[in-house]
Amino acid sequence: MDRLFYEITESMRIAMAQIRANKMRSALTALGVIIGIVAVTLMGTAINGIDIGFNRSLAVIGDDMIYVVKWPWHGVDDWWNYANRPPFHVEDAETLNRIAEGTPGSLIDVVVPTAGRSSTVKSGQNQASGVQTIGSTADYGRTIAADFQYGRLFNEEESRSGRQVCILGVDVSEKLFPGKTPLGEWVKIDGHPFRVIGILARQGSFLGLFSLDNQTILPINAYRKFFDVRNGQVQLHVKVKDKTKMDEAQEEVTGDMRRIRGLLPGERDNFSVEQQQAFKAQLDPIKQGIAFAGLFVTGLSLFVGAIGIMNITFVSVRERTKEIGTRKALGARRRTILLQFLIEAVSICFAGGLVGLGVTYGLGLAVRSAMPSFPLVFSFGLVVISLLVSVATGIISGFVPAMGASRLDPVVALRYE
Amino acid sequence: MTPPQAPVEVRHVRDVGPLVIAIEGVTKEYKMGDEIIHALRGVSLNIHSNEYVAIMGPSGSGKSTLMNMLGCLDTPTSGRYEFNGQNVATMIDDELAEIRNREIGFVFQTFNLLARSDSLRNVELPLIYAGVAPHERHKRAKEALESVGLGDRIHHKPNELSGGQRQRVAVARALVNRPSIILADEPTGNLDSKTGVEIMALFDELYERGNTIIVVTHEESIARHARRIIRIHDGLIASDGPAN
Repeated sequence: MDRLFYEITESMRIAMAQIRANKMRSALTALGVIIGIVAVTLMGTAINGIDIGFNRSLAVIGDDMIYVVKWPWHGVDDWWNYANRPPFHVEDAETLNRIAEGTPGSLIDVVVPTAGRSSTVKSGQNQASGVQTIGSTADYGRTIAADFQYGRLFNEEESRSGRQVCILGVDVSEKLFPGKTPLGEWVKIDGHPFRVIGILARQGSFLGLFSLDNQTILPINAYRKFFDVRNGQVQLHVKVKDKTKMDEAQEEVTGDMRRIRGLLPGERDNFSVEQQQAFKAQLDPIKQGIAFAGLFVTGLSLFVGAIGIMNITFVSVRERTKEIGTRKALGARRRTILLQFLIEAVSICFAGGLVGLGVTYGLGLAVRSAMPSFPLVFSFGLVVISLLVSVATGIISGFVPAMGASRLDPVVALRYE
Repeated sequence: MTPPQAPVEVRHVRDVGPLVIAIEGVTKEYKMGDEIIHALRGVSLNIHSNEYVAIMGPSGSGKSTLMNMLGCLDTPTSGRYEFNGQNVATMIDDELAEIRNREIGFVFQTFNLLARSDSLRNVELPLIYAGVAPHERHKRAKEALESVGLGDRIHHKPNELSGGQRQRVAVARALVNRPSIILADEPTGNLDSKTGVEIMALFDELYERGNTIIVVTHEESIARHARRIIRIHDGLIASDGPAN
């Protein structure tokens, strides 16, 4: 046992000396491994980042929400079937709330109707376009995780009477009233006047793709005075009391909706009830795409890297045939020689893996400073995986030449010049 | 095929110890292309502890093959080879490596030192393969280097040493594991004659200290240092007797 340990430490010394003596050669050989490790870690950080960024965004939108919608979020197989579904009414939310109140142990906290459109908002010469305009009720505040920077949401009374008041996202506010707090100012939303009563705090963007701060919220009864709410623009947002019971809540909402719609047993739902988990599942193909591309690049470069390592190990064995003969004459066994060259191959790969990790880390920092919202998350697991992958590459590619070295006939090896 | 020779009885110059090498009827055949080369055609010899033997012969005589066999680098095609009572003829690679490590100290014509390691590490090498702990290794390697007069060169690398000094390092490496025999293959072949004389004086001294030495050479002047000369010709022992 001691002997094996001494042999391994000796092999490591030799490997280090060998790499130091052939710096350029070792560096070039390790290049394939470096590229492979950069590919695998970049892929990993991107996937990690998407997950974490998504969860962060979900927390903003609210992860205890259920959505009753006309169109399912994925798997639309028969377009006509869905197109002919009846639209939701603003009053459906009220009906759902009443049913929930009458249901003992109901998981439904509150239901709000929402209608949405993309609007242009103006104030004097300033204008903001592509603003997401949302019409809802006073309970809407309970369904979003956002805080107010200034002001408040409209109250029951303003909501019911359809007072022309609005809440602005921080981006809209800054665009229309740069350097000012616009509480009490009037804005024109698609030409209709609304008074600003609140500004939302900054929420950031969703995966760095679109801003959650480019929106405005109106009482739905004001919204419906000017904008169409009949043709499928209305959805119902359901806040659930216990977010560990999302599936049960989803069933409850489905049952209640069937009652409202008067569906008979056996009839298919003419609405869809969605959770954010389902939305999250929509990201899976993207993540799979990244993973697939990453694995392909990784596999290819590791393959090329492995061939390089194998080649350099063959060269190393050839160059040091006489040394192998000498070592064998002095008592090195097959295992000793095998270990020596294997450790040399693994060392080059391991060093390549470390450099690759360093490069990825550097790239990550660069991306973060250039695009702060772009999700790249470096994880400890990735470090472990990449080092394991590089060691495995070394073992696989070094094995054949190292085996050849260990089987050399000492008489032949000693005579080699 | 010539019948195996009977071991020649040796008249000893001085008292020898127990039998170390016992070879009987050893043959070795190589295949070279379509031709089979009979390198050894039936060699028998005994070597005892505390002997100083020279093996001589022209190139192609089978001298090198015999040396490889004695050094347990190779196994015979047929015949018997016992080293300290162990049957070496049928051993596998790793068992032979073990015998070489424990029982045989090699000195090569070209020194065969590791270029990037200093004297101490070169001499330590057999001890690493023997599983000796680092502290003990250092101590013994240093002692071995001191015993060949290189106590002040232990951290020099081969390219910082003269040819004679390099061969001394190699001798220290051969001695360090206290082997049963020291097997030197043309140890002065790459040295100038003056340095060659010094190295042979070192071998003489090692012999006086009780080591068993086998020197393979084609030079009479080198062979004369030995107490017994075995001459090989055409794969057979032509003569085996005391040096004059």
